[in-house]
Amino acid sequence: MADILADPVSQEPDTAPEFPMPRAARCPFDPPPALKELQREAPLTRVRLWDGSEPWLVTRYAEQRAVLGDARVSADTDRPGYPTKASPDAGEGKLSFIMMDDPEHARLRRMVTAPFAIKKIEALRPAVQRIVDGLIDDMLARSGTVDLVEAFALPLPSLVICELLGVPYDDHAFFQDSTKTMVRTTATPAERGAASREVAGYLAELLGKRIADPRDDLLSSIAGRVTAGEIDHRQATEMALLLLIAGHETTANMIALGTLALLEHPDQLALLRETDDPKLVASAVEELLRYLHITHLGRRRAVTEDIEIGGQVIRAGEGVIMANEIANRDPEVFPDPDRLDLTRDARRHVAFGFGVHQCLGQPLARMELQVVYGTLYRRIPTLKLACPLEDVRFKDDAFIYGVHELPVAW
Amino acid sequence: MKVELEADKCVASGQCVLAAMDVFDQDDDGIAILLEDRPAPELLDDVKEAIAVCPAAAIRLVEQ
Ligand code: SF4
Repeated sequence: MADILADPVSQEPDTAPEFPMPRAARCPFDPPPALKELQREAPLTRVRLWDGSEPWLVTRYAEQRAVLGDARVSADTDRPGYPTKASPDAGEGKLSFIMMDDPEHARLRRMVTAPFAIKKIEALRPAVQRIVDGLIDDMLARSGTVDLVEAFALPLPSLVICELLGVPYDDHAFFQDSTKTMVRTTATPAERGAASREVAGYLAELLGKRIADPRDDLLSSIAGRVTAGEIDHRQATEMALLLLIAGHETTANMIALGTLALLEHPDQLALLRETDDPKLVASAVEELLRYLHITHLGRRRAVTEDIEIGGQVIRAGEGVIMANEIANRDPEVFPDPDRLDLTRDARRHVAFGFGVHQCLGQPLARMELQVVYGTLYRRIPTLKLACPLEDVRFKDDAFIYGVHELPVAW
Repeated sequence: MKVELEADKCVASGQCVLAAMDVFDQDDDGIAILLEDRPAPELLDDVKEAIAVCPAAAIRLVEQ
């Protein structure tokens, strides 16, 4: 006993908690309770990952924004200390500029920002409204139980990103299957590698066609950069792959998980069902982005120079993970953070990240979600879950959180 | 108060346009442009929101 007291450090077992942490049973919308505890105790703590490494976990809002806005942290997955989500796919290329630092990151990103400007996205709103209405018509023509993911949540963003990129939607079964494998944490590195090579091969071929015969789409504009010698074919393919994947899983999961959250909060759902005020719909979208957390594995970086954050020095070569779902529940920024309140001002959430890597597609995602949340529940006011909540399978096994299926009826 | 925008920091997120339409716009590539560098006092709250949500810290308010 005396020995232990004399030398507490060497006696202390490895206490860094494992990350990611399990969610509380029956509480699919809240961050893991352990994450909440960590946030209460300190803005930064060490956690242990799947490979035994112990990066820093940042749980508070202000500190997360400070790290993500700091040029001394790197998004390059090859950097020493970078905390990987799962074993990397051997021989895989980078997912374009999201895994690069400035100035190369900025150079490549700026090549594809044009279609995501607010006014250009607004111009697409009527077309998105038509797609949403069409999908709802098709759903209403069916009877019995319908899987909202398959019938609505996935087809919408898929149709839109295919249209924007110029990828034939007819091929969707093929690449949706592959992208699903790419974002599944339980897939082996070999499986993920094979899936990503398949879609990359497909996109490389399509890019070749657009180089020869350009059209009015984003793929052709990327192809034009290849022709101009600004990027090579491989970089162009990685960029197209990034846009295709990012356009799929994220919005789809926000639609399905968001609908489930609303069905579980009938008073909030009623607000959307009864309003035609675009301001309330827009605020509902921000609040659901804050409240839900489909990017549940955190934003990851490697520190390239010693930095001090929240009173803690992070050394060069150490990894850092920003758990955005818990930052979005930081009571310092969002009072009563665990309450879903569609009328609150949630615009400062970090659901799209922060800093130079903040989601490029966010204006598109916002607009799609506004059209969906502003239409679906008004058109199907009796929409309800067609199975017990306990039977819904949540995507704890994927890089992007959500539900595998959402059986609904009306 | 004067608004300053460093366009070379901008990552074209459009957040400033959403927060303060009367003060910010975007060029053809989505890069922010300043419509009004001395906005009317009633727009100041919107400008402050734009500053708070700009992911790239590209916008500032300075005492003239
Ligand atoms: S909010 Fe900042 S990064 Fe986004 S468009 Fe405006 S200035 Fe650029």
